[in-house]
Amino acid sequence: MTDVPAPASPPFRPSMLIYDRRYRSLTFQVIVFILVMAAAWWLVDNTIRNLALMGKNFNFGFLFQRAGYDIPQTPIPYTSDDTHLRATVVGLLNTLIVSILGCISATILGVIVGVARLSKNWLFARLMTVFVEIFRNMPLLLWILIVYAIFTEILPTPAAYRGENPEWSMIFFDHVALTNRYTALPTLAMTNDPGSLDLGARVTFNWATIAFATVLIGGLLARRAIKAWAQRVQDRTGDRPTTWWINLAIMTIPSLLLIWHFGLHLERPALTGFNFTGGLNVSNALVALWLALTLYTAAFIAEIVRAGILAVSRGQTEAAFALGLRPNRTMNLVILPQALRVIVPPLISQYLNLMKNSSLAIAVGYMDLRGTLGGTTLNQTGRELEAIVLMMLIYLILSLIISAGMNVFNASVKLKER
Amino acid sequence: MSDTHAQTVSFVRDTMLPAATPPVREAGAIKWLRENLFSGPVNTILTLLGFAIVWFLIATFWDWFAHSVWNAGSLAECRQIIAATWGESARGACWAVIRDRWNQYVFGFYPMDLYWRPTMTFGLLMVALAPVLFSASRTIRRTVLAITAVLTLWAMVVLGAPAGWLAFAAAVLIGGFLISERHVLWLLPFSIVYPLLGVWFLWGGSLWGPIFVLVGPLLGWIAWTLVSRIAPMLGVVAAILVTVLFWLLYAGDAAADAERLLSLSIQTVRSDRFGGFLLSVTIGVAGIALSLPLGIILALARQSDMFLVKTLSVIFIEFIRGVPLITLLFVASLLLNYFLPPGTSFDIILRVIIMVTIFAAAYMAEVIRGGLAALPKGQYEAADALGLDYWKAQRLIILPQALKISIPGIVSTFIGMFKDTTLVTFVGLYDPLKSMSDAVRASTDWKGIYWEPYIFVGAIFFLICFGMSRYSMYLERRLQRDHR
Repeated sequence: MTDVPAPASPPFRPSMLIYDRRYRSLTFQVIVFILVMAAAWWLVDNTIRNLALMGKNFNFGFLFQRAGYDIPQTPIPYTSDDTHLRATVVGLLNTLIVSILGCISATILGVIVGVARLSKNWLFARLMTVFVEIFRNMPLLLWILIVYAIFTEILPTPAAYRGENPEWSMIFFDHVALTNRYTALPTLAMTNDPGSLDLGARVTFNWATIAFATVLIGGLLARRAIKAWAQRVQDRTGDRPTTWWINLAIMTIPSLLLIWHFGLHLERPALTGFNFTGGLNVSNALVALWLALTLYTAAFIAEIVRAGILAVSRGQTEAAFALGLRPNRTMNLVILPQALRVIVPPLISQYLNLMKNSSLAIAVGYMDLRGTLGGTTLNQTGRELEAIVLMMLIYLILSLIISAGMNVFNASVKLKER
Repeated sequence: MSDTHAQTVSFVRDTMLPAATPPVREAGAIKWLRENLFSGPVNTILTLLGFAIVWFLIATFWDWFAHSVWNAGSLAECRQIIAATWGESARGACWAVIRDRWNQYVFGFYPMDLYWRPTMTFGLLMVALAPVLFSASRTIRRTVLAITAVLTLWAMVVLGAPAGWLAFAAAVLIGGFLISERHVLWLLPFSIVYPLLGVWFLWGGSLWGPIFVLVGPLLGWIAWTLVSRIAPMLGVVAAILVTVLFWLLYAGDAAADAERLLSLSIQTVRSDRFGGFLLSVTIGVAGIALSLPLGIILALARQSDMFLVKTLSVIFIEFIRGVPLITLLFVASLLLNYFLPPGTSFDIILRVIIMVTIFAAAYMAEVIRGGLAALPKGQYEAADALGLDYWKAQRLIILPQALKISIPGIVSTFIGMFKDTTLVTFVGLYDPLKSMSDAVRASTDWKGIYWEPYIFVGAIFFLICFGMSRYSMYLERRLQRDHR
């Protein structure tokens, strides 16, 4: 059998570039490459010629010039004397603030609505269906405009809170005031302020925040260690030691001690003159954008959660009950791990959508990345090309970071196959 | 044994008792209420909460809806009528703004005497869609086409369409109905010509333009039949080359010359006159029609074995999906004149359609890739085993199944895109939601009116999007081939 001569490969002919499947894909790729390069060259050449005609050049030097415009909400210190670069960073932080707040609240609301849609309660399930259908089938821009209009048209001026018998009163036990320009929230204040860590570039970080973060992370690590210890004891003796009170103590007591040490308390906003002071005045642009993003995305997340729970077949629950697991352990050990596998990938894309949709801030004048770099900076410097390219790059990098981070989480809940 | 027993017993019933009615709690409405609303403490609390929500909504909005005013010239007049009818403190909806400005919400600033043209375009769209969308069910097709014909002709008469065009529309609508009764796929040629016809109806100008655009592929086809006798692969290349060269070098001049010889023009309407739902639907329909094929090509390219093709499509898809639509629209409005040869400029609506299309196509590609990945490997192997080449395998085996699996995703991409057409307001076009409402509010008559325009526009968006999602459910059921 071994002495069968290998068939002589036919001599190469040019027509084989088209008709031989081994070479055809190569030919095709070469043609595609040439076409793409030609298109890129054409675009770049056009851009260079256009820039020359307009007497402009392509450089990002404008980022280091004085911005000269104010931003209402600045997470880091910023004045109009700062550079465009700092304005861009402020805008980016504003985008991140509304995106992160929106993701958290949309997830909570979405999970509640998604589970409620599956409830046996006829009325409640129908109400949730109506909620989902209404919010999913109308443009997000409509919800942003409506919520913003409710804030600006129906809510009163701060003056309505004045006097012995005010027309409006503050909600949440006199802690929050809703007005037509901003929402006055209480702030956290400390009687025993430990000072701040200076990170340079006028960005500071309060030591108290660092202390709380450390305590929290330490608590979580300690909990994990205790869980492992309990598991070891259970493996050895068959009895699982009661750990809930140790966990509770680890999670609460250090924080309570810190609160007592720093003298942390809520400071209520109070009406002085024409405005509320002492608290945190959050502009209605942010609140309206956040609420609209939350409601809209929650409707989508609700559907994802519902589909995820429905994807776990009923036999799984029945099998878990047959094994004698109690309902909450059934949920934690059997249903959720399987449902999460279905829920997480579309949830990632909802978070990405929310982050991208936050650029609709333009409709309410919230100064996010698009409002600073792609808005005022662009208009003032006239550098459309650089500003838009940079803005798209930043959004792209944000998207990639979010999807990379969530993919790591996805890998941890994914079905472990052979 | 049993006999003796029967005789010893003094009494044995020989007729059946009628069945007793179940207890009140186990029948009818009360049983339903107990099972569905009050089956436990948690459920009861939820029910009460639900009733509270419903009550709150009714209490808040009922009066406002009940005190609706449909006939008034301004918001002040509306408020007067409400105050006069339902008392000083009453608040009510002023739908008169819709009655007063409906034409702007529907047609934007399109010339008023030409309203019949978009109307006719929309009516003919249904005929063009018949072979594509509702080809299976005869009843649905008959209903849709008949209703479309009646409504379109009625609207055209009301809007004052010239008799000639009325006759043309009647001929196409009735002809389309009759042809679809014989064989619905015979309407496909009309579906192929329709996009050009639609563009001509909406923007006007010379008919020679669309005609010469059509001549391009026709010449390409002739080139293909001639060259493919010598070499099939070269035939495809020749067809593409001939078509593109004809369009680039010859079509424009030829159309102008033909127009000079024999004028076939109707009044031109510039893009800045478009607005309202006319704009949304134009962008939406064009985007839907273009993004599906582009999405399929991108998805196939991403699944391809060819490294370069795969890399390019991954880069394209991930880039488009990574940036917000607004930034792409800004590219269309601000940057495109950097990328094109100096001195060229083209229509803003066309630029927006291109951007919306590539945006939707990137999402569509991911949806279809999911469908392709969900197909069992056996299907690919079976296609190979049958000796089908790549395109035949895709066309006959892979894509029909993959597209069927991805219908829900495809339709939700469509819905998302249609909702996103409202974003064109940020590049200066008159979308129905923001720009149009702002324009209406800018007049002194309707200054300060917020809720009614938003609710009206929102309701129309809801109807269209909800309709699309129901249609996708119908399509899924219709295409279901497995046994359940």
